[in-house]
Amino acid sequence: MKALIKYVNKIKPHFEEGGKFEKFRSTFEAFETFLFVPDKVTTTGSHIRDNIDMKRTMILVVVALVPALLFGMWNIGYQHFLALGQQVPLWPAFWFGFLKMLPIIVVSYVTGLAIEFFFAQVRGHEVNEGFLVTGILIPMIVPVDIPLWMLSLAVAFAVIIGKEVFGGTGMNILNPALTARAFLFFSYPAWMSGDQVWVAGLKHGLHAVDGFSGATPLAEAAAGKIDQLPSAWHMFMGTIPGSIGETSTLAILLGAFILIYTGVASWKTMLSAFAGGLVMGLILNLFAVNAYMQVPAWEHLVMGGFAFGMVFMATDPVTSAQTERGKWIYGFLVGFLAILIRVLNPAYPEGVMLAILLMNVFAPLIDHYVVEAHIKRRLKRAKVSVQ
Amino acid sequence: MDRVIKLRKGLDIRIQGVAEKNLLSVPPSEVYAVKPIDFQGLTPKLSVRQDDPVKAGSPLFFDKYRPEILFTSPVSGRVKVVLRGERRKILEVQVEADGKQDYIDFGKGDPLKMGREEIIEKLLNSGVWPFIRQRPFDFVANPSDTPKAIFISLFDTAPMAPDYAFILKGQQKTFQIGLDVLTKLTEGKVHLGIHPERSDISFVEALENVEIHSFTGSHPAGNVGVQIHHIDPVNKGEIVWVVNPQDVLTIGRLFEEGRFDARRTVVLAGSEVKKTGYYQTMMGASVEPMVKNNVKEGILRYISGDVLTGKKIEPSGFIGFYDSLISVIPEGKYFEPFGWALPGFNKFSFSRSYFSWLRPRKTYRLDTNLHGGRRAFVLTGIYERVLPMDILVLHLLKAIITDDIDNMENLGIYEIVEEDIALCEFVDPSKTEMQKILRDGINALIKELG
Repeated sequence: MKALIKYVNKIKPHFEEGGKFEKFRSTFEAFETFLFVPDKVTTTGSHIRDNIDMKRTMILVVVALVPALLFGMWNIGYQHFLALGQQVPLWPAFWFGFLKMLPIIVVSYVTGLAIEFFFAQVRGHEVNEGFLVTGILIPMIVPVDIPLWMLSLAVAFAVIIGKEVFGGTGMNILNPALTARAFLFFSYPAWMSGDQVWVAGLKHGLHAVDGFSGATPLAEAAAGKIDQLPSAWHMFMGTIPGSIGETSTLAILLGAFILIYTGVASWKTMLSAFAGGLVMGLILNLFAVNAYMQVPAWEHLVMGGFAFGMVFMATDPVTSAQTERGKWIYGFLVGFLAILIRVLNPAYPEGVMLAILLMNVFAPLIDHYVVEAHIKRRLKRAKVSVQ
Repeated sequence: MDRVIKLRKGLDIRIQGVAEKNLLSVPPSEVYAVKPIDFQGLTPKLSVRQDDPVKAGSPLFFDKYRPEILFTSPVSGRVKVVLRGERRKILEVQVEADGKQDYIDFGKGDPLKMGREEIIEKLLNSGVWPFIRQRPFDFVANPSDTPKAIFISLFDTAPMAPDYAFILKGQQKTFQIGLDVLTKLTEGKVHLGIHPERSDISFVEALENVEIHSFTGSHPAGNVGVQIHHIDPVNKGEIVWVVNPQDVLTIGRLFEEGRFDARRTVVLAGSEVKKTGYYQTMMGASVEPMVKNNVKEGILRYISGDVLTGKKIEPSGFIGFYDSLISVIPEGKYFEPFGWALPGFNKFSFSRSYFSWLRPRKTYRLDTNLHGGRRAFVLTGIYERVLPMDILVLHLLKAIITDDIDNMENLGIYEIVEEDIALCEFVDPSKTEMQKILRDGINALIKELG
């Protein structure tokens, strides 16, 4: 390691101002700071600083995603062999899923990071760590058989239009991962919905055994086949077809625990989002005119991408509300709208993506009113003290 | 005193090197300095030249825009050098002590029998006045203002901060005279913030003419700004004054002895100090006699003040005008392979992002490494968790960055100074320079207000 530090320090002058490779300074810095926490010391203000930095924050989100990711890999294999009518042990199923998943992840990271590096270079900034999370989120919210060129295009769209045009991580309005998914959903609907895309191989002519439907529970429900819904237990555990990372509520809750315990994501947003979903579910139950509306409110929370969206996407600190009171309102509305769109909208079987994107747009407005109320309270205090 | 104000937000940084409670003497410093840079917003104008003889209490420089405010020498001797920085900015006026300590006599007096004008004049002439600062903005108080109240925090919660109960012991009479002076300066009350466990209750209870308020909680509960916020907040157009506890003694001694007596107990603390403790020295003294042969090997940072808000000084530098603490910590100029990815059992953090949360009582040898790179604001809600005030830190900072004067005022720039958001800066994963941003905002605001 010491030799590496020495080597990096030796080549460093080439990348500094006036050096041979001055143009690649951001790239060099990105690799340097990836290898080491640099030797920068405080110059103004507080002389000591907390150990946490953006890299640590982002890597913790990735860690929190790992349970859902591993489960998703296994579930790819499990669903695939189930379609073939075969029962396979844990490892072969996982291995199958791992091999399916690997290219998706690689493509996502390579495309996204290439663009991030390019923009950092042009702007003369350090490379932002935000894509560490986005790059793994995107593979987890797409169907397994997604063509890689399509994915690559979506990632590019999300990073450039969703993030970099606004100024990069911290400045974007929409969640980049969901921007990628929305792009895919509206550009290539055939690859993003239906009964064929959720299980590896079906889209490519794999013949499923009789009685196997590749449809997600939401698709079944939207089609009115409420009686064909898997049991709530299966939906909670995640042994159902769906986007790669979204199926297991259990694995997602494990991630939620990590996020909340380390303080990286807001428990307020998560809690109020689940509350919002539950309230909408109960309202639908109350006025139920069809079978779908009768689905118990709590079951909605384990179906589809609800849990995944609320835990990992709604809590994105950049695109969610930034005031504490705003987080309660924002979270509640995300959950509320997600179930509303899911059940009452005939065109889209799932509402989570649209609900979060919509509320991303409204989050600054929520914050605005929270801040206004805060200011009003402060001014009132001033008047009281004058009297 | 019945009501205890419980502050639940904040953070006590578990740093190694808290000073032991023993009084130590130190050979007197040969050189003393008064530093214009210790005073926010001051444009100094010299009253002396190099080699001029001075007495303790002789003016060294004054405020260009308020010439009645004098800054005087703590010792008698001669002006050794006027140290200037970029664009001839005056950094230090150094005085070489002659060891005789001749004082200028400003005359004794009983503040309770004196008029307000008379008191102010005495404070101004002796150079004791600058110990009184105003909020908002943390400037030296303006003698023509009448503050709505005066606040003193009798305990300090900053990392390795001095224990004022220990320092003030036995000086009750002088402290009371200092308080009497202050009561004459305001229309309102003199408020004293105490901590039920960290303050000497019998000392406090015997004091007269003051309003006592109890606070509990972690840092920054001891910050006077936080206490003002909970007792009688500063709104636009209002002014309060604040004084440090030891400076109340200096004010008291001026009326008791008739002279500017700059003696001060200064704490030497930090993980790199061999013998920590409470040193009997003087304001403006060189730290050299204290730290010489008293620090460990390595590249060190010397700070006048606490590690969150203090100023970096040289090993031969001088104690700041308002400081009662010298901190010595290691510099953090090193690379750490994959530091951000390791479990981090040994890394202090406010968040639970490293496994150091497994050992909640461990103390740490903290250094000056930035632990990361500068980024845009990403996380939210974390800053408000270390500031027990009704202020939206992130939005205030954004208002400052975007030069939005209205929102700076609305969101509370009149209520906070650097020390109040120092913890926000400490915990920030984006490594933003918040204290600097805040000061820039205050300067922009003052320019706008004219």
